[in-house]
Amino acid sequence: MSVRMPEPDQALLARRDEIVRALRAIVPGEGVIATERGMRPYETDGLTAYRQLPLAVVLPETTAQVAAILRYCYAETIPVVPRGAGTSLSGGALPLADGVLLGMAKFNRIRDIDFANRVAVVEPGVTNLAVSKAVEHAGFYYAPDPSSQIACTIGGNVAENSGGVHCLKYGMTSNNVLGCEMVLMTGEVVRLGGKHLDAGGYDLIGVVGGSEGLLGVVTEVTVRILKKPETARAVLVGFPSSEDAGACVARIIGAGIIPAGMEMMDRPAIHATEAFVHADYPLDVEALLIVELDGPQAEVDHLIATVSEIARGCGAMNLRVSTSEAERLLFWAGRKAAFPAVGRISPDYLCMDGTIPRAKLPLVLARMKDMSAKYGLRVANVFHAGDGNLHPLILYDANEPGELARAEAFGADILKLCVEVGGVLTGEHGVGIEKRDLMPVMFSEVDLAHQQRLKCAFDDKGLLNPGKVFPVLNRCAELGRMHVSGGNLPFPDIPRF
Amino acid sequence: MTVLSPRNPDEVEQAVLWAAGAGKALEVIGRGTKRSLGRPAQWDATLDLSALTGVTLYEPDELVLSAKAGTPLAEIEALCAANGQELAFEPMDYGPLLGVAAGRGTIGGALAVNASGPRRIKAGAARDHLLGLTAVSGRGETFKTGGRVVKNVTGYDLCKLMAGSWGTLAAMTEVTVKTLPRAETEASVVLAGLAATVAGDAMAAAMGSAYDVSGAAHLPGSVAGRISADLGGRSVTVLRLEGVGPSVVHRRDGLCALLRPFGTASVIEESLSRPLWRAVRDSLPFAAGGPSGERVLWRLSTAPSGGAGLVERIGRAVDAEFMQDWAGGLVWVAVAPTQDGGTAAVRATIAACGGHATLVRAPAALRAAVAVFEPQTGNLTALTKRIKDGFDPKGVLNPGRMWAGI
Ligand SMILES: Cc1cc2nc3c(=O)[nH]c(=O)nc-3n(C[C@H](O)[C@H](O)[C@H](O)COP(=O)(O)OP(=O)(O)OC[C@H]3O[C@@H](n4cnc5c(N)ncnc54)[C@H](O)[C@@H]3O)c2cc1C
Repeated sequence: MSVRMPEPDQALLARRDEIVRALRAIVPGEGVIATERGMRPYETDGLTAYRQLPLAVVLPETTAQVAAILRYCYAETIPVVPRGAGTSLSGGALPLADGVLLGMAKFNRIRDIDFANRVAVVEPGVTNLAVSKAVEHAGFYYAPDPSSQIACTIGGNVAENSGGVHCLKYGMTSNNVLGCEMVLMTGEVVRLGGKHLDAGGYDLIGVVGGSEGLLGVVTEVTVRILKKPETARAVLVGFPSSEDAGACVARIIGAGIIPAGMEMMDRPAIHATEAFVHADYPLDVEALLIVELDGPQAEVDHLIATVSEIARGCGAMNLRVSTSEAERLLFWAGRKAAFPAVGRISPDYLCMDGTIPRAKLPLVLARMKDMSAKYGLRVANVFHAGDGNLHPLILYDANEPGELARAEAFGADILKLCVEVGGVLTGEHGVGIEKRDLMPVMFSEVDLAHQQRLKCAFDDKGLLNPGKVFPVLNRCAELGRMHVSGGNLPFPDIPRF
Repeated sequence: MTVLSPRNPDEVEQAVLWAAGAGKALEVIGRGTKRSLGRPAQWDATLDLSALTGVTLYEPDELVLSAKAGTPLAEIEALCAANGQELAFEPMDYGPLLGVAAGRGTIGGALAVNASGPRRIKAGAARDHLLGLTAVSGRGETFKTGGRVVKNVTGYDLCKLMAGSWGTLAAMTEVTVKTLPRAETEASVVLAGLAATVAGDAMAAAMGSAYDVSGAAHLPGSVAGRISADLGGRSVTVLRLEGVGPSVVHRRDGLCALLRPFGTASVIEESLSRPLWRAVRDSLPFAAGGPSGERVLWRLSTAPSGGAGLVERIGRAVDAEFMQDWAGGLVWVAVAPTQDGGTAAVRATIAACGGHATLVRAPAALRAAVAVFEPQTGNLTALTKRIKDGFDPKGVLNPGRMWAGI
């Protein structure tokens, strides 16, 4: 394990009993967990290579309790790690030995469904899928659909700005959130946005989205809900090479079509998923593309025809158009089960999450093949082809000495490559601890300092989720200082008006 | 007043460092089309970014475009149109409202004010389309955030912070935005003669349908007549449908059927629909040169279902004209230029209904006397101030433009 967490504060560890007592005074009964056995389920998240028991687990039920916990921890300088369902793939919810783990699972009520304004107001512990379930009787749904949607929470989605296969057309979480209630580390409660559009001042909901639990604890979220499209159909296309598949994606978009989803899998991913779910995927192809079109029947039929024609022109080896809802779901079954399918053919895997400009796909896949040979580890690729978000799954065995370290080095090389070709380190899973030390690959010190100044405005003591996102967390006092020297006008002024 | 016109990002940095060192306050502008929007603060010099021009990257297949911040928006829109694309957030042009010729703004200005248009309800605002940027903060340091790809959660989303900060945190020097295919065609469905409350229900029904409505506005008769003589006399409630031909036809018919309980709808074809929505986008019925040009103009955002009630409440208190976009949630209020320009009525109503209000057009004396942007309350005041202090500790960039002390 190559990522090092901040050294725990021995003084805090020594005060554990006292801290637990103080938390119990705020959240009575079973809301505070301090036994090793009770805390085990919280020791890791979706990045299972890293484990750490927290100082204590607290499960508040009200905003007032969250505020009291944070106020206490702020006064006593105790770190706090917020947690939703713990499905983060980047280690965002990994506990700290000297920190309180703040589990938000009991915030699980839907507070308001407002069809006239097309919003739902939910507590952060409500699962992603539960929002859609709560409004489906009226034909509505919540658009962002991470594959983990049965389990992951809206609070976690906001913190990670999560996406899903449909975010190509409908946007990520941030594009679908209108308001929230949030508790700052000091215990102050702020309300941002509401059922209206845009902010009256700085777009703080915008920065809370994707802030990975470092700015505040979200206690309520207002999300947009949409009417379900009349119909949806998918095309399943096999290609002899990923270049052909990539060219097809570019041409579809070049033709002015933004599909509801456009996903690609490479040969290893196709074979792993086919063996697992028997979705009847072709096994003689190098790349498989699923293109979904949704909307009114007339539009979908029209676009399916156009997409099919483009695909044939790009050298498609075989092409199937779903003729029923059952068939459409079968096309997706393999893709949606890609992670567990790969889990079946390898004891462990690391899921990477870089984004690249789409045109660089063939280059990136070729370089990845070389790296796979170099590290002696297999890799399977699933790819949100429409928006360039790659999910290389690196297969390894944690029981083989050195394999995890090799897998991590392989992953780091892939992400550096993504940045090198004009992309980014993470498209939807977050930086967490996993990509923390790679941040300087993408950002200069000045870039990171500006991000941290935002952090300082929300959390001046750096107590919320420390050790995540930033390789080095500078002190706010240092970041705030500014040395200036008086001077002359830097260049001649040119009168213009 | 001193005008600093940097020719490159380095000179922007130098200009800000000079101001910070000399204790000067800079007014940051692109081509200055929105200069009269904001509190009339005291500035020592103008930082004019209009010399930073040029599209630096445009890859239509990748749906991405980068440009220097001072590039005219019209140039970018023309380039996109030539490639069958557009900026889907449909940035409004404040020019005509503020007595400036149309089509003169810059891309940086449009993003800094988080501009949007009727399609806001479906496609989002500038904030949702700004992928990356380079900027010089009030510390005189150049930083970048975001990237050139659509899906990116690497680090804080400072793009969203910059969109809507009105140049008070940093001066953007280069920006990257998402471009999207322009709809093949469009049509609008129109209901005539509805009262505002009924129109609100009709728009909610349309927005709650699967017909993918990309614009929903309600214009009282007097206001509608200024856009087109054909529309005059009675109020019109207009719903826009965009997409490929067969889809627009199908949805148009479906929407007309759905709205039957509200009356018999008529249809406006593309050639009339496009200019109509442009007029709604730019709030042209209230243009500076038009019949309401002397009126004080407010822009309010509230929950769509509360729009009609808000209109009624303000209408009872002051002499005002209205226009509603965003399915009722965006309310333009043109108030007779009496003493407070409707401030008390607008602020009290927003406080009661929720949302925010911006004083878009008013004489400088009024803008100096009352809040122009939504007043910050409670913990938000201090949080906003701390963010400002982090990015611009010396108060160099547009100090006082949004709020005193920010
Ligand atoms: C099989 C699998 C498939 C996945 N598929 C996708 C996918 O398709 N797309 C995608 O984007 N992600 C995917 N993920 C990643 C993960 O599900 C998302 O990041 C999800 O949003 C995390 O939600 P959670 O409730 O589990 O949050 P957690 O893992 O508990 O926490 C994630 C982060 O959010 C913070 N946090 C949680 N709740 C709050 C709160 N109330 N206030 C403040 N901060 C909070 C935590 O501190 C942490 O930093 C997948 C994960 C798995 C295991």
